Amino acid sequence: MGFDSLRRSLLAGERVVAFTRAEGGELGARLLVWPDGRSEGTLRAAELDRTALGLATADDLPATGLREIEGVEVFVETFEPLPQLFIVGAVHVAIHLVHFARRLGFRTVVVDARSAFATAERFPHADELVVEWPADYLARVPLHANTYCVFLTHDEKLDNPALQVALEAGVRYVGALGSSRTHRKRVAALLENGLGQELIDRIHAPVGLDLGGRRPEEIAMATAAELVAVRNGRQAAGKR
Amino acid sequence: MLDILSDVDRWRADGQRVAVATVIRTVGSSPRPLGSKMAVSDDGGIAGSVSGGCIEGAVIEEAQSVLEDGRPKRLSYGISDELAWSVGLTCGGEVEVLVERIDG
Repeated sequence: MGFDSLRRSLLAGERVVAFTRAEGGELGARLLVWPDGRSEGTLRAAELDRTALGLATADDLPATGLREIEGVEVFVETFEPLPQLFIVGAVHVAIHLVHFARRLGFRTVVVDARSAFATAERFPHADELVVEWPADYLARVPLHANTYCVFLTHDEKLDNPALQVALEAGVRYVGALGSSRTHRKRVAALLENGLGQELIDRIHAPVGLDLGGRRPEEIAMATAAELVAVRNGRQAAGKR
Repeated sequence: MLDILSDVDRWRADGQRVAVATVIRTVGSSPRPLGSKMAVSDDGGIAGSVSGGCIEGAVIEEAQSVLEDGRPKRLSYGISDELAWSVGLTCGGEVEVLVERIDG
């Protein structure tokens, strides 16, 4: 039933559409299609396979659900790559945010140039821990539309260049810690560096929903809550 | 899918057979979205869920024969279905589930 291929693709961050016959004697027959046109398996009817291939390689991937294809009921399931969260700044808030974000289904990477903070002892639970200049790191890894970036370093030398990389790459979410005064300073610096106002307006600052908390774990939860709202396409209501 | 992966990997590495149930249709209020999955192993291991707990027991029971003979099953639970009351579908909606054995 193509489980192994599906598993490999999901772990590699690829999109896949699975078509499964949902009725009749061929119940369970499955065709997997990747958006680049590769496929595996069959629905055991050539014209069914052809139509399914067309659906899965269109610009808008089909929604998950039952649908009639060539008169046959087929369960269509679009698998999106795991959302990935880059946390810039191996600070106290980040330790808690890794917990919440992973539990919520984000692949979570922590990056900081300061090796005293970015230690395996502090982040045994992160999917990846990277000691590198955040801007350099974000510039060399694939950032896609399912990427979320949170900037927590409190250090504009580390945050701002990395923020710029993330905004220019068109990631799904950019959030930055700091007071409104810090944010005004940040905006001025980014404008000076040639970043457009419309990209700067995409920064969620201060980061997170307004849960009224100030403790690191509370800020982490507020941030995680905002990630969930964005992932679900909600305009966050509890915004400060 | 990703929520059941680590358990499924472990069971399969142990040489167990694994069946996966997927929510393929819901009507009315349904606690789990389309595509939600529950995996069941030979040894009775359970990962993930296909409802808020109403139909899991019945699905696990049905999964036994799927584990045995490898033939997929489509199961329906809902208000119109008398069995549904006996397994306690209290959420008031309808759920259909496809159960299949992982054969690679």
